[in-house]
Amino acid sequence: MLAYIIRRVFQSLLVLLIVGLIAFSMFRFVGDPIDNMLGQERTMEDIDRLRDQLGLNDPFVVQYWNFLTGAMQGDFGMSYRQGRPVAEILLERAPATLELAGVSALFAIVFGIGFGVLTAIRRDGVLANVVMTVSLIGVSLPTFLIGILLIYIFSVELGWLPSFGRGEVVRVGSWWTTGFLTESGLKALILPSITLGLYQMTLIMRLVRSEMLEVLRQDYIRFARARGLRERSVNFRHALKNTMVPVITVTGLQLGSIIAFAIITETVFQWPGVGLLFINAIQFVDIPVMAAYLMLISVMFVGINLIVDLLYVAIDPRLRADTTARAK
Amino acid sequence: MADRVQGISSRLREGTAHKPAAPDGGTDKPVLSLRDLVVEIPTRYGVLRPVDGVSYDISAGEILGVVGESGAGKSMAGNAVIGLLDPPARIASGQVRLNGESIESLPRSEMRRLRGKQIGMVFQDPLTSLNPLLPIGEQLAETIQEHLPVTRREARARALAGLEEVGIPGAADRLDSYPHEFSGGMRQRVVIALALCAEPCMLIADEPTTALDVSVQAQIIALLKRLCRERGMAVMLVTHDMGVIAEAADRVAVMYAGRLAEIGPVADVLTAPRHPYTYGLMGSTPLAARGQRRLNQIPGAMPRLGHMPEGCAFHPRCPKAAPACSQSVPQPVVMGDGHLAACHFPMTVEPQEAAQ
Repeated sequence: MLAYIIRRVFQSLLVLLIVGLIAFSMFRFVGDPIDNMLGQERTMEDIDRLRDQLGLNDPFVVQYWNFLTGAMQGDFGMSYRQGRPVAEILLERAPATLELAGVSALFAIVFGIGFGVLTAIRRDGVLANVVMTVSLIGVSLPTFLIGILLIYIFSVELGWLPSFGRGEVVRVGSWWTTGFLTESGLKALILPSITLGLYQMTLIMRLVRSEMLEVLRQDYIRFARARGLRERSVNFRHALKNTMVPVITVTGLQLGSIIAFAIITETVFQWPGVGLLFINAIQFVDIPVMAAYLMLISVMFVGINLIVDLLYVAIDPRLRADTTARAK
Repeated sequence: MADRVQGISSRLREGTAHKPAAPDGGTDKPVLSLRDLVVEIPTRYGVLRPVDGVSYDISAGEILGVVGESGAGKSMAGNAVIGLLDPPARIASGQVRLNGESIESLPRSEMRRLRGKQIGMVFQDPLTSLNPLLPIGEQLAETIQEHLPVTRREARARALAGLEEVGIPGAADRLDSYPHEFSGGMRQRVVIALALCAEPCMLIADEPTTALDVSVQAQIIALLKRLCRERGMAVMLVTHDMGVIAEAADRVAVMYAGRLAEIGPVADVLTAPRHPYTYGLMGSTPLAARGQRRLNQIPGAMPRLGHMPEGCAFHPRCPKAAPACSQSVPQPVVMGDGHLAACHFPMTVEPQEAAQ
């Protein structure tokens, strides 16, 4: 078990190292930031001084080493555009994105699993058919369109919910800002969370449904029924648990992409998170910010995957290598 | 294999098969009795009848072997008894009586309470019958608590006793083991313990040995026989293996195309079959004593449900078929003590002839 964890952690670090290389190579190959940073009336001396200051004259390997050691300590350099440390900017923006992603993920998982089970158990029910039909919309409409539609209905026509921003936020601790504690903050979360989570929800729902239908056909479900167990126990204790392994895989990957896809939702709702920061960074070729964002997303993906791998083992006893040893 | 075949023939010749406590409709009330049971499946192309007017009784402490080809309706009848027919299949008519009470039209919730508590069921494949994610003690305790008013601790104690009864070595250490940690034969023992943990009076064993290798088969059969005697359970043993029937059953019911072809004490039916189908089946069973090179076979195949011939379902394949066979469905006729065959022109062979 321990060996398994260590192996997985090691693999994760390797992935991060490679992503780091890709992120770093952006510095070399994506445009020249100097053009953007200095105005029209720059001199050659200005350019050289800035190059030196930014470390752009060092050899490739030295720059990569500096980048990696810096990144490991949370130092991603200075933003070309804002002239502030990238880490500071990211930290300022992260709570908005994390809260949005968290609520979306919760929405996607709770409703995805709930509807998935419902549509599998009551396969021919009216509600199940309605849910299945509506879910097609979730799968087929692009995220930005859903966001714009929601804004049109709930903000413009009905005027119930704000169309942009985070609402009022409260500072918690030294750097975290939260929208959970104010009414306007909570209201502002609703539309972006649904927009961001809808696709994931329908995906999880359809996956849970098909897995559940598959599991319900298994002999052990039939045998559980033949022993007179209640439907509730058969469906949730015996069937649902067996659908969880593939569902966790996909859900894990989807959580990663929720954070990654937050870019679009944040743009539509002008949500002050890292996604919006990244879009702005692209426009200004603010490479340190882009590289840091890339690293951040990959750390999250890798981290979530690691957790997923460990969850498998927690759910499925057949994957625990040491239990077979115990049996002998 | 040879051992087992030897076992069949020697046993048949000695005629040691256990006599049923009460032959059909005796003074002893049967635990299970089917009366003209009809299972129908409505389809787009018409109504199919996988079980068509089957009647038989099973008494306490008796094993009735139900034998037939795939699709003869033997499993379907078992599923109908325990109320696990997959829709749209349904009991169309007839009666299923358990200890004298009709259960064929009980509401779902009452039928559920009956399952496990009154009727246990064992399936073919022990590898897929157990939930892979729950320890077996957990699965046992859950079933026990569902049916009996016991605490968690008592349920675990009973689970342990159940595992010991079916012969799991070191049962106390195995309660928290997962199904994948057992061998196939051991898993089938666990499955049997699970089916019997709420002490049902009736057990339906649907091909319980088909997925096991021969030496393990013998152990499982011996276990079923022992439990049947000790607990005084009625057992419906569904199989297509004549060896298993000869080994385990007291009486045997031969099914063909959803109908009962022949039923009676094992020794009578297997040594002196009266229905040409049973005769053909016995002729196609490898017996070492016979020493033949080629097995006899029954020409043709069982008719598909949608294309049932008129009259006797077996007549297109029957060597004795006469015009009457394609006109009317033969009704079961008494051939001997508790021995019935549904044939217009039953075989009149001497017992010795059939065995050789």
